[in-house]
Amino acid sequence: MRDVAIVSYSQTPYVRSERVRNEVEMLMPVIDAVVEQSGIARREIGFTCSGSTDYLAGQSFSFVMAVDAVGAWPPIKESHVEMDGAWALYEAWVKIQCGEVDSALAFSFGRSSMGETAETLALQTDPYTVAPLCPDTISMAALQARVGLDKGLFSERDMAEVAARCRRAAKDNPEAQLKGDFDVDKLLAEPYLVSPLRKHDCPPISDGAAAIVIAAGDLAKQVSKKPVWIRGIDHRLDSHQLGSRDLSLSPSTELAGKKAGVAQGPIDFAELHAPFSHQELILRRALGLADDVLVNPSGGPLAANPIMSAGLARIGEASRRIAAGKGQRAVAHATSGPCLQQNLVCVLEG
Amino acid sequence: MSEEQEPVTRIITPVKVDYEYTPGVTSERFLLGLKQGKLLGAACDECGRVYIPPRGACPRCAVPTSKIRELAHKGTIITLTIVRVPSDNIDVELPYCAASILLDGADISMTGLIQECPFEEVRIGMRVEAVWKPEAEWDPAHR
Repeated sequence: MRDVAIVSYSQTPYVRSERVRNEVEMLMPVIDAVVEQSGIARREIGFTCSGSTDYLAGQSFSFVMAVDAVGAWPPIKESHVEMDGAWALYEAWVKIQCGEVDSALAFSFGRSSMGETAETLALQTDPYTVAPLCPDTISMAALQARVGLDKGLFSERDMAEVAARCRRAAKDNPEAQLKGDFDVDKLLAEPYLVSPLRKHDCPPISDGAAAIVIAAGDLAKQVSKKPVWIRGIDHRLDSHQLGSRDLSLSPSTELAGKKAGVAQGPIDFAELHAPFSHQELILRRALGLADDVLVNPSGGPLAANPIMSAGLARIGEASRRIAAGKGQRAVAHATSGPCLQQNLVCVLEG
Repeated sequence: MSEEQEPVTRIITPVKVDYEYTPGVTSERFLLGLKQGKLLGAACDECGRVYIPPRGACPRCAVPTSKIRELAHKGTIITLTIVRVPSDNIDVELPYCAASILLDGADISMTGLIQECPFEEVRIGMRVEAVWKPEAEWDPAHR
């Protein structure tokens, strides 16, 4: 295996609604910043991979237009995944492992605010038996929370504490969207949005973009004073049939965590892509994180949930924190699909 | 399953998603130009190439295209096709000729319908010009 490190990360400030700029206009400053900070000349970056979905843009081949923000002349090696940008990063990592390139740019973007996100995401379910019922994301997550509550794995108070903690942590993150001090008792006095979820258990709707540059061993050391090494990265999935899963568990996260080597050393903190409060509790267990492990110091997806970028942002935020000397070894996680169906786990070290 | 029952070979599951689309800073200039009967392109801040319809970035230089350029309504056919197959979302009478047209002063072609001319006479390199509907019939809504 080749050593691969994150050498730079950049993201937009996340906002409820980006009405002025389109995707390309939103991306350009982010790509400029990440390339500049990488110390690698734009034309020297070996591979480019993006993660996005046409369903957010309401436009077919919308990802092709996004390449304009990268500059594709002379022709570049380029690819796209209809997945969160974390999976674009995975493809880029594989490309480096194959020895084809020594550096890569992965980016992702989306304007969730243009559509009805919770309903748009229902379209990723099984198109024959599930999608026609149009189960919105919040209702599906509520089913999952209900299973966990009924099994006694966590309480509504535990969930509210996750939300309050994340939004308090987000106060230190200038790019986070929903932040502040919330009283858990007051949160629990709020009505249900979709039982057993209250508004605070759900993520905000966020528009934004994120980009990351990775490089192989020698190049990473040459261009970066603080390369953050990807010590393990793996992704797994559970059945797309909600009914055939125990929604209170995340076996795919557990397996990905094992393959990525989470348990092979102490974990200083974790950035978990848990858009709903109870999902953090499920993921903690699946990754075997000790109770005192700091989770989502960036605020996480409960503070900003840019669909298609929120997973890449976890890896990016974790790398920033390590580069800033606030931790030596961290786990970053990304998810895709309803109720944590697909999961990617990445172990980072300073 | 009884023998008389036909097997299910096809189901239709309609999907409807509503969007409130905003085109972005540069594309908006182009759309507002159309409303005034103008063809507005945008020039790259670095190489000066002119794009129409503009989307905000030069794909070669990856920098903004912030200089708006009004283009001539005349151009040259770069390539063309005669469409004889119906498509659900294209409300144009069949058959029709769609062409890529390089407007004078632009560095990228845009698509247009070639009408008022028999199909057998349309060719690559042909000079064409934009013919606008009477202003009273202009409707900025996209259909």
